[in-house]
Amino acid sequence: MANIQETIAGQFPEVEFAQGETLELNVPDAKWHDLAASLKEAFGFDNLRALIGMDWGEQLGIVCYLVNSKTYEMIRVKVLADNREEPFLHSVTDLFAVAGIYEREVFDFYGIKFIGNPDMRHLFLRNDWVGYPFRKDYDTNPELNPVRLNHEETQDTTVEYVEGPDGKIHTVEHAIFAPDDFVVNIGPQHPATHGVLRLRTAVEGETIKKIDLYLGYIHRGIEKLCEGLTYPQTIHFTDRLDYLGALMNSHCLCMCIEKAMQLEVPRRAQVIRCIMDELMRLNSHLLAMGTFCMDLGATTMLFYALRERETILDILEKTTGARMTFNYNCIGGVRQDIAEDFVSDVKKLLEIMPKAIKEYNKVFTGNIIAKNRMEGVGVLSPEAAVDYNVTGPAARSAGWNYDVRRAQPYGIYPELQFDVVTRTEGDSMARFKARITEMEQSCRIIAQLIDNIPDGEICAKVPKVIKLPEGHWFQEVETGKGAFGCYIESTGTTSPWRMKFNSPCFCLAGVVDHLTRGQKIADLITIGGTLDYIVPDIDR
Amino acid sequence: MQDLSFVTRWIDNLFRVVLGCPEWLTVTLECVLLGVVLLLVYAVLALFYIWFERKVCAAFQCRLGPNRVGPFGVLQPFADMFKMLIKELISLNHTDKFLFALAPFLVIVASMLAFAVLPWGNGLQAIDFNIGIFFLLAVSSIGVLGILLAGWSSNNKFTLIGALRSGAQMVSYEISISLSVITMVVLCGSMSVRDIVMAQDHCWFIFSGHIPAIIAFLVYIIAGTAETNRGPFDLPEAESELTAGYHTEYSGMHFGFFYLAEYLNLFIVGGVAALLFFGGWMPFHIPGWDAFNQVMNYIPSVIWFLAKAILITFIMIWFKWTFPRLRIDQLLSFEWKYLMPISLVNLVLMTLVVVFGLTF
Amino acid sequence: MEVTTKSMPYEDWKDNEYIESLVSELKASGTNVIVGSLDKLINWGRSNSLWPLTFATSCCGIEFIALGAARYDMARFGWEVARSSPRQADFMMVAGTIVHRMAPAVRRLYDQLAEPKYVIACGGCAVSGGPFKNSYHVLKGVGEILPVDVYCPGCPPRPEAMIYAIMQLSRKVKIEKFFGGVNRKESRKEFLKNHPVSETTN
Repeated sequence: MANIQETIAGQFPEVEFAQGETLELNVPDAKWHDLAASLKEAFGFDNLRALIGMDWGEQLGIVCYLVNSKTYEMIRVKVLADNREEPFLHSVTDLFAVAGIYEREVFDFYGIKFIGNPDMRHLFLRNDWVGYPFRKDYDTNPELNPVRLNHEETQDTTVEYVEGPDGKIHTVEHAIFAPDDFVVNIGPQHPATHGVLRLRTAVEGETIKKIDLYLGYIHRGIEKLCEGLTYPQTIHFTDRLDYLGALMNSHCLCMCIEKAMQLEVPRRAQVIRCIMDELMRLNSHLLAMGTFCMDLGATTMLFYALRERETILDILEKTTGARMTFNYNCIGGVRQDIAEDFVSDVKKLLEIMPKAIKEYNKVFTGNIIAKNRMEGVGVLSPEAAVDYNVTGPAARSAGWNYDVRRAQPYGIYPELQFDVVTRTEGDSMARFKARITEMEQSCRIIAQLIDNIPDGEICAKVPKVIKLPEGHWFQEVETGKGAFGCYIESTGTTSPWRMKFNSPCFCLAGVVDHLTRGQKIADLITIGGTLDYIVPDIDR
Repeated sequence: MQDLSFVTRWIDNLFRVVLGCPEWLTVTLECVLLGVVLLLVYAVLALFYIWFERKVCAAFQCRLGPNRVGPFGVLQPFADMFKMLIKELISLNHTDKFLFALAPFLVIVASMLAFAVLPWGNGLQAIDFNIGIFFLLAVSSIGVLGILLAGWSSNNKFTLIGALRSGAQMVSYEISISLSVITMVVLCGSMSVRDIVMAQDHCWFIFSGHIPAIIAFLVYIIAGTAETNRGPFDLPEAESELTAGYHTEYSGMHFGFFYLAEYLNLFIVGGVAALLFFGGWMPFHIPGWDAFNQVMNYIPSVIWFLAKAILITFIMIWFKWTFPRLRIDQLLSFEWKYLMPISLVNLVLMTLVVVFGLTF
Repeated sequence: MEVTTKSMPYEDWKDNEYIESLVSELKASGTNVIVGSLDKLINWGRSNSLWPLTFATSCCGIEFIALGAARYDMARFGWEVARSSPRQADFMMVAGTIVHRMAPAVRRLYDQLAEPKYVIACGGCAVSGGPFKNSYHVLKGVGEILPVDVYCPGCPPRPEAMIYAIMQLSRKVKIEKFFGGVNRKESRKEFLKNHPVSETTN
């Protein structure tokens, strides 16, 4: 790290340094692109993990987290825009493919325009939306943005802001599709999209030429809502992001707040959280597998997968009292102690799972039609995975050996024995198989813990009113879909100044266009299903 | 083996002799009567299949299936039909209304016509052409016209893709179906449905034709599943890709026609398979076992036919709830690269078998 | 008249007063025997054959899948024929949050449903906006844009609650009139008149 600091300081004298959780760089906009390029080229920070829009009251800007895909080092860069009326920043789309949609998100919420991003349209909000909702001075008057029942106009061109040699900024328009493309609109309500996602798809016969992604059909503004709530009140929202990773998401937020409070979580709570996380991962993978098979036409597999899922839900329900939105993790630990027969139920589950997995393989994985549908379809290279910030089973099956549980260990994972499931093919079959193997690994983790739940408190002593000190924290966990991150910026009050949920599904949706080009329409379903994005997690 | 033609003769007699109707009136009345009966059978069979499929699928998926409306849910399809009959028929702007309305009728007429030549029972057959089996192939291929029309006239991109898929698929798989039918015609030496049934008196074709007949049966059942647009070949209405495929824009009874025709085509494919490979209404006979054959003969021929057809369709329903769906390019290459060459070779094989008298 | 469904005692329903008020409204207009019994037959068909539209935006949708699975098996009631095309569905279960951007699409889906059509607002978000009530981008209940027949609270509602909601809908369908003055059609027309879709773009 010190080495990086010295070299960067030599190259870019304008950069200010600080040491927080990670090395923190503060760079003026003019040098941001060059700094990013040199971080990528010279130091291997080739994975843009998060690009977070910020409104500090006076100034707008972005906070970026960059990860070295080999050493898993993380670095934070902060860039400020110069004014509030017409804020411009330089885009890093050419360095990190994922920056394309990250920057569109920031533009949508903060109105920061990115010079050089070829697509500066609204991503989440309607085209005719007034104002930028995440700015602190946003006018919430409902009359400005009433519920409109007319359909918004679909734009056929994108706007790019280009900086001329004289430093003046002008706009360039790009057409999204060629004039004679046959464009099929898939979504927002379509069985293939696993929720409400809209994909405008240009096809030639059955072959996909290009996909234009529209989000926001379930954008609920959770991050903005969090800014008006106290910390304990924000936790339940995480259950409603990726509802199949509810416990893992709330684990992430709780850890982030605990880190800020410097709170020690009792060992018993840690173990319970870990078991719950793995049960949740089983749940998530089972449903992902089931719905994917249903999309391929093998409806029966869905019901087999749901059969085991119900068993897991029973276990979770006995302890938490809910089937989906558990709200079980709380700051300092967990809300209730485990149910009396939790241990015996989990043991029963561990007996069922290997048989069930065998059955799934027999019914589906070995099927010749399934093989033909999945093998070689939607091949993701490890470089593309890093570039598009694809994490989770999708990245690991492409060969990028990245698992937050190992890369940025948290909780009690460092003590546990499990394999990071890695494959090399990167196609849909690999993603599908990786999920099944991960289920086995989850069972292995649970088996290590279930007999060793220590006695003790389930929740640390927490003050009645929770105030975080001034500062910012970033915490990641590995959910069923990938690396889920949680960023808190605090000004020392009882509610966050900015809370950002960096969702893995957002990046998975961003890679769909890349993976589907040249594939058939039917492959879109295969690819979407194996990427396994959850739309409420994309839209937040 | 009781001959059920006494029923038809008795009715004919009733009109001509007892009521004293002239020739033209008799024929008209008989045609109307026959039409009504066939339509009734058609409707009842379709409703049965809707119930049957739902129950079978539920059993595969560890569920119960309909059980609230009537005993074992048998009245469920009736409730569905009542509802569908009075559901709104949406007419669309910017479409050819005539063609749009015509399409479901074409589809259902195609499947109804096929009913005319099915061998329902000994003496129970609407018409006995000397080219019966060709007639069947000809009318069942009208259905694809209806589907293409439905997709095209709906003025919707999903239906259009669905219809074109369906067109490509049905036209391709018809070749395999026809080839395997011809294979069996070679074995029998006649195209008349009655002759085909009678030729299987001593032994069903699937046994007497042995290897080529079994290959023809496998090809037929695969191509037949594709021809009915059912899983794993249900691409034209692949829900996860194309909403509801070519009939996305149809509502009420128009959709009901497609829905019924789907199940009836299933039955027709099963019925033709029963006719060509399992002796139509012919009971199971083993040469030499006269007592056994007598016992078999006591089971009415209608039951034999229906049981065979339903058993074969059960297998096709089994396919649907087990296999995932193919992709369109895989589907077509499967037909043109594998099924069609196999059935061509099989035709030659069957001819050799027949020429050298290697049949049982 | 006690309106109920098979194996569900009348006393077990939660809001019999509402149904009774509908029944008395229905009876007030009077009907003749033939039309009345035809109505009964039609209502029997309709109430026993409610096909849902596969429509879900978030967590409630996953519970809706669970509703179809072996444990809860909505096929028992004949509801498993989930149609992807709105033309062929009978009711839409608005399962999940409806946000500003989605609102026109939801309304269009509703308009595309063929008559008779019903709406169940399923889950806290669809009922009132739920936990996201204060958001700038969330509708305070789908009732703002659609005439809702049954509200089903919960976050997400348990599959049993969903079964109960659809049974309530089926009960409501039972006391409709196909011929003559249909009580709920009028109020719905008024609702749609008050919430017009402006014909500006698209």
